[in-house]
Amino acid sequence: MSEPTEFSSASKPTANPLAHDAHFVVSAELEAEASELISHYPEKRSAVLMLLHEVQERFGYISQEAVAWIVAKLEMQPIHVLELVTFYPMFRQQPAGQFQVKICRTLSCALGGAYELHHHFCSRLGLDDQAHGIQTSKDGKFSVEFVECLASCGTAPVVMVNEDFREGVTTQQADEMMAQCRKTKG
Amino acid sequence: MPQEFRLILKNIDQPGYTNDIECYLRHGGYEALKQAIVLKPKALPDGKIQTGPEQIRDEVKASGLRGRGGAGFSAGLKWSFVDRRSGKPIYLICNADESEPGTFKDRQILHKDPHQLIEGMVISCYANDVKLAYIYVRGEFPDAARILKKALADARAQGFLGKNILGSGYDLEIFIHRGAGAYICGEETGLIESLEGKRAYPRIKPPYFPAILGLYMCPTIVNNVETLCHVRHIITLGAAKYAQLGTPNNTGTRIVSLSGHVKRPGYYEIEVGKVSLGQLINGANFGGGLRDGRSLKAIIPGGSSSKVFRAGEKFKLKRKGADGQMVTVDVDLLDLPYDFDSLQAAGSMSGSSAVIVLDDSTDIVKALANLSEFYAHESCGQCTPCREGSLWMSKALHRMTHGGARKQDADYLIKTATNIQGRTICAFGEACAWPVISFINKFREEFEAKGEADEAKSGTSH
Ligand SMILES: Cc1cc2nc3c(=O)[nH]c(=O)nc-3n(C[C@H](O)[C@H](O)[C@H](O)COP(=O)(O)O)c2cc1C
Ligand code: SF4
Ligand code: FES
Repeated sequence: MSEPTEFSSASKPTANPLAHDAHFVVSAELEAEASELISHYPEKRSAVLMLLHEVQERFGYISQEAVAWIVAKLEMQPIHVLELVTFYPMFRQQPAGQFQVKICRTLSCALGGAYELHHHFCSRLGLDDQAHGIQTSKDGKFSVEFVECLASCGTAPVVMVNEDFREGVTTQQADEMMAQCRKTKG
Repeated sequence: MPQEFRLILKNIDQPGYTNDIECYLRHGGYEALKQAIVLKPKALPDGKIQTGPEQIRDEVKASGLRGRGGAGFSAGLKWSFVDRRSGKPIYLICNADESEPGTFKDRQILHKDPHQLIEGMVISCYANDVKLAYIYVRGEFPDAARILKKALADARAQGFLGKNILGSGYDLEIFIHRGAGAYICGEETGLIESLEGKRAYPRIKPPYFPAILGLYMCPTIVNNVETLCHVRHIITLGAAKYAQLGTPNNTGTRIVSLSGHVKRPGYYEIEVGKVSLGQLINGANFGGGLRDGRSLKAIIPGGSSSKVFRAGEKFKLKRKGADGQMVTVDVDLLDLPYDFDSLQAAGSMSGSSAVIVLDDSTDIVKALANLSEFYAHESCGQCTPCREGSLWMSKALHRMTHGGARKQDADYLIKTATNIQGRTICAFGEACAWPVISFINKFREEFEAKGEADEAKSGTSH
């Protein structure tokens, strides 16, 4: 059988990078919040980042179903939502761990030991500290990733655990944080 | 000994000071707005009548206030460029994206004194006939977004925002818009695209100057958090008194974010130009000096995009002599007044007023590699020189810091950087080129030594 050429694959559409979410159900509360947010702008499309945040807060990532809902809400083309999910680093295309550990890697934090801290998290969680992008521990409890400057360079190294912000994090504090998280039911 | 001068940070971090509206009101909050909104039309000497908003715009111009976000452009002048005859609505956006590496001053205001920003914004909006404004908060500040949301609701409940503000007949709404982790949203036209629900691709200027074709192609003002806070103080103090703070052409106060190898990193508010770089780093009430046993190697004076200074550098600066004539004087790096003009005259910039200090333990090639990785990650990708060049530079520096340096790398990096600057849609092109150009020009021997050492080890030479 001959290999498909560069051009012959045209019939096969590129796979949508977003995961499916069979549990995507929009509550009345989310509908109301969405309507409120849309009312803040003269043009509906402007609300898209805010809706993506609302979805990710509730469902953990942006699924194909979530995009379909936003598309209908804002009367947009699916590609115009998808291209945002792939552009803005905060939006996740796949589920992540229950606790997302974001370690700042930019200069002031690097000088303050961010790479050592990242290595520490990775080795404790059985992750590869050389791998690119977000990694999730086998038990699904933790995701670890490097992020860029979190605007707290005076208290390096800094870390975000979900929405909580931690300053001047030592490896010992990292261990305590992980222990604390493990006690929280998933 | 020079001291901090806390105007914006006056209440922040004081015992018992909280971010709720009652606390703000107890500390004289919204008094400037009350004063501004009742300004009566005034007859000028030439017989023209000047409205209240026009008077505020004049005050801001007379105060000499320069933008605190990065470019240091006159706020009054920026406001004067707004197209007021188009018949379109005028928008104002507060840039709370705070994402220039090294910078952490707006964070303090947003979390600890949100009403100061809101008051500054309402006055600025009133002065510019703005009816709808946004605060663009970076996505990684979820707490700030919540705090601001509550603060806006409280301000609305007390009549400082919404319909018929303080009975004046003036209506204004302010909403929060959250970014999602992209540095380029700090660039004002990228920010506007992002607010329109698109990728944050900066727009080309001309023709898309925000003052004429901004948000929804309407005239738009984009100002930094700290800039807008200053407006409140300009009203309270009056332009003349405000302009006495700081130094000529560099008026007022400024919050400096100090990080890296100092004993007391933190945010320090100073009168612009009244404190030197050396005092900021070594002063007991500022950085407190380097760690014990360490000496200074380099200073990044205005956020990661500013050109680096090497310890021991001297500059020739023009100063007004005692007789009023301009004379050229020699100024040591550490004696450079921390202001807009001196740092520019010394070949760098005060940018976002973020000072990153590097001591002699720093591997300079590694430090540049770190910054270049940031820019490679953050390029929006519209312009080929920036998208490709930032990645080439980062890859070369990665190789150099992983045992594969070559002697000609320094020249290669300079060539790449030089081919980016001036050839891109937005100033990110310069932001990613300048660190490379300045690090290599000032520490060339370290880049070359790495190349020689690695080539000797692998037995190759090119
Ligand atoms: C790449 C890039 C990133 C920027 N990031 C920020 C930022 O995070 N915050 C900010 O206030 N200004 C930032 N700016 C400057 C803005 O474009 C704009 O000049 C500023 O918000 C205007 O406000 P000001 O006049 O009050 O300083 C950035 C500029 C560039 C080119
Ligand atoms: S210079 Fe870089 S960041 Fe700016 S528009 Fe071009 S590609 Fe985007
Ligand atoms: S460098 Fe880590 S918070 Fe700025």
